[in-house]
Amino acid sequence: MHPGQTDNELIELVKTGHQQAYGQLVTRYQNYVFTIVLRYLSSREDAEEIAQDVFIKAFKCLADFRGDSKFSTWLYTITTTSCLTFLRKKKLAVQSLDNEKVMADAEQVDSGMKANQVEQKSKLAMVNQSIALLSPEDAQVITLFYKGEQSLDEIAQILGQETNAVKVRLFRARQRLRDKMEKFFPHEVRDLVH
Amino acid sequence: MLPSEQEMETRLWEYIDGMALPEEAAVIEKLIASQREWSVKYNALLSIHTDLSKHLELEAPSLRFTKNVMEEVARLHIAPAASSYINKKIIFGIGAFFITLISGFVIYAIAQVNWSSGTTVTGEFDWTKIDFTGLFNNQFVNIFMMLNTVLGLMLLDRYLHFRQKKWKKQP
Repeated sequence: MHPGQTDNELIELVKTGHQQAYGQLVTRYQNYVFTIVLRYLSSREDAEEIAQDVFIKAFKCLADFRGDSKFSTWLYTITTTSCLTFLRKKKLAVQSLDNEKVMADAEQVDSGMKANQVEQKSKLAMVNQSIALLSPEDAQVITLFYKGEQSLDEIAQILGQETNAVKVRLFRARQRLRDKMEKFFPHEVRDLVH
Repeated sequence: MLPSEQEMETRLWEYIDGMALPEEAAVIEKLIASQREWSVKYNALLSIHTDLSKHLELEAPSLRFTKNVMEEVARLHIAPAASSYINKKIIFGIGAFFITLISGFVIYAIAQVNWSSGTTVTGEFDWTKIDFTGLFNNQFVNIFMMLNTVLGLMLLDRYLHFRQKKWKKQP
């Protein structure tokens, strides 16, 4: 095991034939990758399959990782590309950032279930269930920023967008998250503010 | 003039995320301290920020996840870096070949035009009177068209071959 080693040290070990060091990288990032994939796909089985593919692809292409960016940024780029390719192949409807109709539909579907449970929600549930109501793009930006330890520049690299566009997207995503919280968790939000 | 709510939020988020410049941060701090509207909005946004930082959870895959990946990886080898097998000399060679080919065609085409036909009796040059028939009515155009036809047929053949393969794969 190589618990204390940095990502780059582990990668060097893998490149020199110590394949087991890759297991450490998988363990380190499996939850991050799996969560990002789950932002795009609702099925946990599909998400697990895609997440595995991401790590296998990353292993095969490890020689192309030059260390110009963080390993996590490189890995999340592969994750995002894999999710989009999978969705394109499956021809699933991806909820667009500005597609208000899709958002409205999602609200309608979720509102019945959520409204009944509002009283019992903890802050933890409030945050995580509200995130689940966002579009995949919004949820991914928030996840990468708050959990993935990625800067706006790095998120821009992962999503293939300009940094300013990502900045605006993050603002809007949090705005939409707050709207969801206020709608489905009004009591908790009131407690939060006061 | 009071800023719009949108503008206020944008500035506050930049401040909370630590992206505001020092001068801007100082201005926002003053606004939060002196104006109730700013202070209420700041506290609301800060609560969301804190909650996201503290309570956003990651999902965990199945317990066998790492084992499954490592079993797959054990059968694989790291592919050589793309930069190691793409020979730059070959890329430059292909580029040089096409540039030479295109330049040759252009020079040959210009040479076929009867430039002297554009000169009038007074010695002036008239573009409208240049004889371009040498360019459009000779072997050069025929070869060019033939080449395009062959390339077009090759492209069509590849497309049909691809369609056939795809059709065979379907259950």
